[in-house]
Amino acid sequence: MSIWPLRGLRDGIVTTRWPKRADDYADSWRGPVTVTSGVAAWDAAATDGAALESLCPTGAIEVIDLLRVDQGRCILCGRCVAARPDLFTWSAGATGPAAAAVARPALVVPGEPGTDETVAAVRAALAARTAALRRSVHVRHVDAGSDGSEEWEIQALLGPVYDVHRLGVFFTASPRHADVLLVTGAGTVGMTEPLRVTYDGMPDPKVVIAVGVDAISGGLLADRLTGVAGDVPVDVWVPGSPPSPFSILNALLIATGRLAAGERS
Amino acid sequence: MTITSTEPTVAALWETLNDRVERGTRFAGLFAAERDGGITLVAHVAGPDGIDTLEAPLPPGATSYPALTPTIGAAFWYERVIHDQTGLIPEGHPRLAPLIAPGGRHDQTLPRHVAGYGVFTIPHGPVRSGVFESMEYLVETPGEAIPHLNMRIFYKHRGVAARFTGLSVGDGTLLAERTEGIASVAHALAYCHAVEEIAGCQVPAEAALLRVVHAELERIANHLDVAMRLADAAGLAVATARLALHKERVMRLVSQLCGSRFGRGVVVPGGVSRFPAAPPAQILATIGRLQQEVSADAGQLMGTSSFLDRLRGTGPLPGERAREHGALGPIGKASGYADDARAARPYDAYPRLRPQPVTEVSGGDAMARLQVRVEEITVAFRLIGLALEDFPERSRLTPRAPCDPVQGRATGWAEAPQGEVLYDVAIDGGRIALCQPRSASFHNLVLMHEVFAGDILTDFPFIEASFGLSVAGAAL
Repeated sequence: MSIWPLRGLRDGIVTTRWPKRADDYADSWRGPVTVTSGVAAWDAAATDGAALESLCPTGAIEVIDLLRVDQGRCILCGRCVAARPDLFTWSAGATGPAAAAVARPALVVPGEPGTDETVAAVRAALAARTAALRRSVHVRHVDAGSDGSEEWEIQALLGPVYDVHRLGVFFTASPRHADVLLVTGAGTVGMTEPLRVTYDGMPDPKVVIAVGVDAISGGLLADRLTGVAGDVPVDVWVPGSPPSPFSILNALLIATGRLAAGERS
Repeated sequence: MTITSTEPTVAALWETLNDRVERGTRFAGLFAAERDGGITLVAHVAGPDGIDTLEAPLPPGATSYPALTPTIGAAFWYERVIHDQTGLIPEGHPRLAPLIAPGGRHDQTLPRHVAGYGVFTIPHGPVRSGVFESMEYLVETPGEAIPHLNMRIFYKHRGVAARFTGLSVGDGTLLAERTEGIASVAHALAYCHAVEEIAGCQVPAEAALLRVVHAELERIANHLDVAMRLADAAGLAVATARLALHKERVMRLVSQLCGSRFGRGVVVPGGVSRFPAAPPAQILATIGRLQQEVSADAGQLMGTSSFLDRLRGTGPLPGERAREHGALGPIGKASGYADDARAARPYDAYPRLRPQPVTEVSGGDAMARLQVRVEEITVAFRLIGLALEDFPERSRLTPRAPCDPVQGRATGWAEAPQGEVLYDVAIDGGRIALCQPRSASFHNLVLMHEVFAGDILTDFPFIEASFGLSVAGAAL
């Protein structure tokens, strides 16, 4: 006789309570690099900007008047944090409005003046668009040239720990049934058309989430592949290399207006 | 140790290669490298002392060369890649269809190799049902049996090998980690082994131990993933959930050790970036609990007859074919061909820990492949335990030795969960002049052509999952 049902009861409930309650693992997650707060008052003229920029293998560090980090390029190698802990630090937490952006420029921290207004407008438009989805969301995933790790993290959402079914989120095989398109990978030539065909096959309203820096900017392959934004209109951007399952879940809820996507500061 | 020998012509190279393969050396890879304005063919063979590199330059302006595939069948995909990348025609190659170069996609007629009444082709992919990496299977079937299967992996070709050229040695590690994301540690290790040999640097003993800990955790996570997919294919909901839970726990442990759930950033040329903050005793306790849970559920899985019935006799790879092809990792071991780099060409702390490859399994079917993985999980837990017990006092830890290669070339290897990973690295002026990764996924995936004897469409997910390969590592 099978004792699998008994085995299933062994550990009790292992599912996270997030978003209703805080989750320690999500909160302790080490996210992309950000600029240490207080560095705003830093004297750009007295520092060698080119030396700072050359710290980053993907060109995420930018020194023009201000010191900025493009989290859409950050592959979390930590080189800048190790070299200049006074200027750079890890962002903390995999969830919340800061862990996913609703506009590409919002991934650059600290934000350009005027970014906040743009983000607010985009967020309002996105919320209006997805209002009809409410609590039944069907997701289609397409790999457009990932390294394979993002698929593991998305697959984890279906496991007992994250269990997206409890939130009314389901993965579907057919784009005809899908509301959300999760795209991973740097946007290879071979996947351009299959990605486009999948997107076109989805009914309105639809939302596209770019999962991981490869999908956002091409990551380390950025000299040839620059992400998926050129192929499909991306609505939500999830940085990370790869993002944690919590970050992806967080983005799914932001995309469907169930978490407020706030400004990044 | 790696030996590089140069032959004057391709014919002489093939002769040497055939001779060595006939004497029992394993064919491990074939590439075309652009050098001095011409093209050089580079072959790797795995012997007991290391990976040997054999080369032959092509005459200037050559547009073709005699194919190797007719004599060494394992070169089938390698020569298609050479054709895609250089345009060279391997004369006598059985089928020179594009493999990694996106060809005329959406040509409406699907290729057919089997003629017969009612035989049709099911195009499965590149966008597939479920969360999968993109690739396309062209399944030729009269309805149930699968007389022929074709694979197209070019959708995911990212140009990783070419991207290495010109990178600094440190950046090369980052890219190696992203060559095949689910085997980040193994790829970083193979790359760093090559770099360290060029630089002549010796990794500190404790760094070598930590490398083993991460490599084995990666193996456990990968094997649990395969077991989970198999259970999922059989519709065993509780087993799927249990295995997913264990895999998540392993990945969380890895992230607590190093910040990344895939062990990225741990391996650096010369050693490791840093040691985990938690004391070894605490990590050991976590590992111990995890091992108990995993082995209890694995034992239950291997005793669930309705599940095992789906695996027995499914997707068999005959031992003779595994040997001929040089099948790597669990696929080779399940067919009685075990060439485990950790035992045959040990690196880092493996010479001290002496892992024994799993050899008692035979049968070559999906069942045997799962048995190998379950055994390997047990061995991996034991190795992690041994490695952590050996850890010196925290105050005496040295994470890395100086490693600044300037000039040279070497081949590095490591045993990924999928099998042996090879990196042929050339450094010039402190930067990467050429880096050719070869994953076990690439070498093994081609075998999926051959394992559908007697199997039907519903066996497909079992066979695919039992291979446990990554398309990213195959298409590069």
